[in-house]
Amino acid sequence: MVRPAHRRPGQSRKAQYSLFVAYVIAVTGAMAGLLLALLSVVDPVGFAQLRIASQEITAPVARVSRSAIGSISGIDDAVSAYVGAGTQNRRLRKELAETRRQLVATSSLQEENRQLKTLLKLQETDKAAIANGYLLTSTSTSTKRIALLSIGRNLGVASGQPVRGADGLIGRILGSGPSVSQVLLITDVDNIVPVRRARDGLPALAYGRGNGDLDIRTLNIANNPFKPGDILVTSGTGGIYPPNIPVAIVIRRQDDGALARPLADPAKVDAVAVLRPYTPQDAEAQLAPPPEAVPEVPKAP
Amino acid sequence: MNQKGPRLGEPASLWRMRAVPVITVLVASALPLMLPLVASSPVLPPLGLLFFLCWQLLRTEMWPVWIGIPLGLFDDLFSGAPIGTAVFLWTAASIAIAYVSQRIYWRGFFHDWAIGALLVAIIQAVAALITHPDAHTGRVLGLALPQIIVSILLLPLFLRLTGKFDNFRLKRR
Repeated sequence: MVRPAHRRPGQSRKAQYSLFVAYVIAVTGAMAGLLLALLSVVDPVGFAQLRIASQEITAPVARVSRSAIGSISGIDDAVSAYVGAGTQNRRLRKELAETRRQLVATSSLQEENRQLKTLLKLQETDKAAIANGYLLTSTSTSTKRIALLSIGRNLGVASGQPVRGADGLIGRILGSGPSVSQVLLITDVDNIVPVRRARDGLPALAYGRGNGDLDIRTLNIANNPFKPGDILVTSGTGGIYPPNIPVAIVIRRQDDGALARPLADPAKVDAVAVLRPYTPQDAEAQLAPPPEAVPEVPKAP
Repeated sequence: MNQKGPRLGEPASLWRMRAVPVITVLVASALPLMLPLVASSPVLPPLGLLFFLCWQLLRTEMWPVWIGIPLGLFDDLFSGAPIGTAVFLWTAASIAIAYVSQRIYWRGFFHDWAIGALLVAIIQAVAALITHPDAHTGRVLGLALPQIIVSILLLPLFLRLTGKFDNFRLKRR
């Protein structure tokens, strides 16, 4: 039983005033906080530096704890794995048989692809990563999915750069500090990745669901073209993400598209690579020959 | 005078009495970003918020009502929600607890649990909505729901933990 509060200040003028002032400060501060929150929703980059600076301070602890215990890979995943083990086993066996068949077909296509590519002499521009690092930790108490990357401006990491693991796309850099940076994972509710189906290039958009899965939506909703097992890769549309990075595999059809699971699980990847942000100019540069001397613009009188 | 031993009836150190509650909340807020855990959904309960509410339920008069401003700001730096969310919601929670403690005179354990559960549910739901203003409302709330349930079930444990810290805080020298 908690002792009753004696908030009532009685006859003392001083106590009455100080209580009143405390409430005034609280209400003003709360309103300022709400304004600040709405502002930082509109302009998320503005306060990123403040947040990065505070995470620089806790990053050493995260580094030590990670090296001591290793990564605690997906508690929620482990729980749901037990629940869905039977159906998953059946589904995986079916997928394995399907994949074997496809592999045979793909190997011949790969050879053909290699020959065609050498014919075209396509220059692979800037495929190399800017830097490599590993994911230290992530936000785990809010609905925002932001991970902390072990490298920052010291290795040339800047906001807007895509991040990928060995298996596929992880996310993009939200902000970078001196020695750590924040990665907005592709599973975040506010992250949208333009993708296409690897098989036939069908364009679609991947929306994060916030719980580790992705929603895949196409433009033609009337005819749902997806089926489980479809692989989705980035399309390069709209910049940022370079094309042909694996993103997700479709696991279930839905009314308005499909439910997909990311190919790279951020909880399990060891190392990630920070790539150069892709710009549509890169694509044009690949196709078009370099421009000749720029024609002189006649000066206005 | 004999200065070696503790004097009879001497209160606990003032510094410790003030610092322990604040430090527990600050550490609990920053702790999730010190664990090597890359979560794909909100798996951990909001530790900072739970300690903040438990301290206020246990010691209503310990903090002024504006304490949510600095503590909430610190939590915002680590939670991932837009900065200012917890400043607003935590301060509103302080005011709510101050109001409730005037209405319900003798609060028991179940009162505390109910008040804490209600506040955690409201704060986490509103914080999720502020974080994702453009997303589908039902989906965002569904995302926060498992965490809210876990937090509510863990609340008695956190009340106990806070009680332990309170014993340490007030321990005589």
